[in-house]
Amino acid sequence: MSQKSINNGVNIDALLAAREALKGAPEAANFTWRASCKWQSGTHATSTVQGFHGLGDELRHKTEFSFETDHPEVFASEDHGATPVELVLVGLASCLTAGVATVAQNRGIQLRSVEAKLEGKMNLYGILGIDSDVRNGYDDIKVTFHIDADASKQDIEALVAQSQKRSAVYDIVTNPTNVTVEVV
Amino acid sequence: MAPAAGLAIEHITTVVIGAGHAGLAISRFLTEHSIDHVVIERGEVANSWRRERWESLRLLTPNWQSRLPGYPYQGSDPDGFMTMPEVVEHISGFAAAISAPVRTGTTVKSVRRVDGGYHVATDGGEIRSRSVVLASGAANTPHVPEVRRAVPEGIECITTFDYYNPQRLPRGGVLVVGASATGVQLADEIHRSGRAVTLSVGEHVRLPRTYRGRDVLWWMETSGVWNQRYDEIDDLERARGLPSPQLIGTPGRTTLDLNILREAGVEIVGRLAAIRDGRALFSGGLLNQFALADLKMQRLLDTFDDWARNAALDVGVGPPERFEPTRAPASARLSIDLRGGEIRSILWATGFRPDYRWLEVPVLNRKGELRHDGGVVVDAPGMYAIGLPVLRRRKSTFILGAEDDARDLVGHLAQYLSTLARTVKT
Repeated sequence: MSQKSINNGVNIDALLAAREALKGAPEAANFTWRASCKWQSGTHATSTVQGFHGLGDELRHKTEFSFETDHPEVFASEDHGATPVELVLVGLASCLTAGVATVAQNRGIQLRSVEAKLEGKMNLYGILGIDSDVRNGYDDIKVTFHIDADASKQDIEALVAQSQKRSAVYDIVTNPTNVTVEVV
Repeated sequence: MAPAAGLAIEHITTVVIGAGHAGLAISRFLTEHSIDHVVIERGEVANSWRRERWESLRLLTPNWQSRLPGYPYQGSDPDGFMTMPEVVEHISGFAAAISAPVRTGTTVKSVRRVDGGYHVATDGGEIRSRSVVLASGAANTPHVPEVRRAVPEGIECITTFDYYNPQRLPRGGVLVVGASATGVQLADEIHRSGRAVTLSVGEHVRLPRTYRGRDVLWWMETSGVWNQRYDEIDDLERARGLPSPQLIGTPGRTTLDLNILREAGVEIVGRLAAIRDGRALFSGGLLNQFALADLKMQRLLDTFDDWARNAALDVGVGPPERFEPTRAPASARLSIDLRGGEIRSILWATGFRPDYRWLEVPVLNRKGELRHDGGVVVDAPGMYAIGLPVLRRRKSTFILGAEDDARDLVGHLAQYLSTLARTVKT
């Protein structure tokens, strides 16, 4: 189904070949993603990612990527970086956007621009421990895409729907995940 | 009908396992090819329809579509939907009409590969055959997801296999998991019995009962969508795994979708993702499930419209219709405390799997699914399957779908037998 005439910068042939190859090698499909985090001071921390496991091997990004997180001054913090909850929005937005590009390439849809705006609503009564009925996390996340592409509105809606269907971060955010936290 | 006396091994060219509509359709074409065969049936003809369906169930296909090879529906209500006793009568009538060599009350214990064919062990004797057709059905055992293990004590769990009617359920609220044809039908029926129903909705297929004045399955058939072959489908694995469309066969030809259920008072929640500390946790991805189902329905209706325009059939049908999108609940609950008393039973409408425990030939993949190419079983010469989803065409699991598949497969089988005969001679 790959379309040579359009180009969203996605190497769809390689992706489809990998999909076929992994069908015959289920073990290689097991990936482990990693991040490290180092406390700086106050609510400021620096997280890095580089190594991960997949295709039966230890693999690495080309360089180490680093992320500063903190809280804004209204939280009596020094605002050295994004709040962690904003990074969750960043993860969701970028995962869905990458998905839109990939699905568009696979469906032969030329994209001209893709922009997403995200809003996550949260009541601080949760994290501040004021009301135990209020959850800590987001009550509601709204993603609004503006997409300019050679496609009908219906096809663009289908792109966005398929991108959600295949998105790891969308799944992580919308479904419960077991989390184990240990101190060693 | 009696099995061979003593321990003698019978030799029969082809053994068909299962005397449902699919196995009988195979028998019909085997007879046409003069291939000697037997149809082994653990119970009676159309056994699953007799014993493994709930009381109110009717076919999803209108009567006029319930045709079998050379055996059309001949009753007086072509637009009606058969009840289970009517289905049993219809299939039994077909078995009699084609004089199918059915051995009822005979259970297959194992099928093994032997030199030149297969050894079929039954509780009525042993058979050697050159070929075997698996027609034992796609829905032998209910599939219940792993999460069932975490259901707290005191909640009764029922599968759609055990379900018969709402009166047999415990009093109190019911969580119906799954929104296939089965899920929506049972959610509706149980809600009507006066119980509070919560319906957990994952991937689903939305269809109106009628479109432009015709049954939606008339469109599926006449426009050619149902005839689409398995080797023409982009994502065959997905097509084969799709839940059954949200349809119900009622005398009034009514549509049953999530909007209608919600209006009636059924609570819609997302896919059941986990049960943790006694709480059922539902996915927050419900709106995307709605969007996907609405978009796919829309695309299908567009296909029908295009076809009608090109076939100049616009005159015979009503004007194009567009249906309201699935309405988002103001706020779908993300969790329910299963120990709180609100839910008394869980009905798992989460699909079925075939049962191949007796199949001692290595033809299953890592997920336990039969490896086959349009019903020709891979790595097992002379072995065939029929009646599985999108086996050779989109219509494969519907009653009318058996004819074309059976004709193709028996053609292949006959070819195989003649090749085998030539090989043996030379």
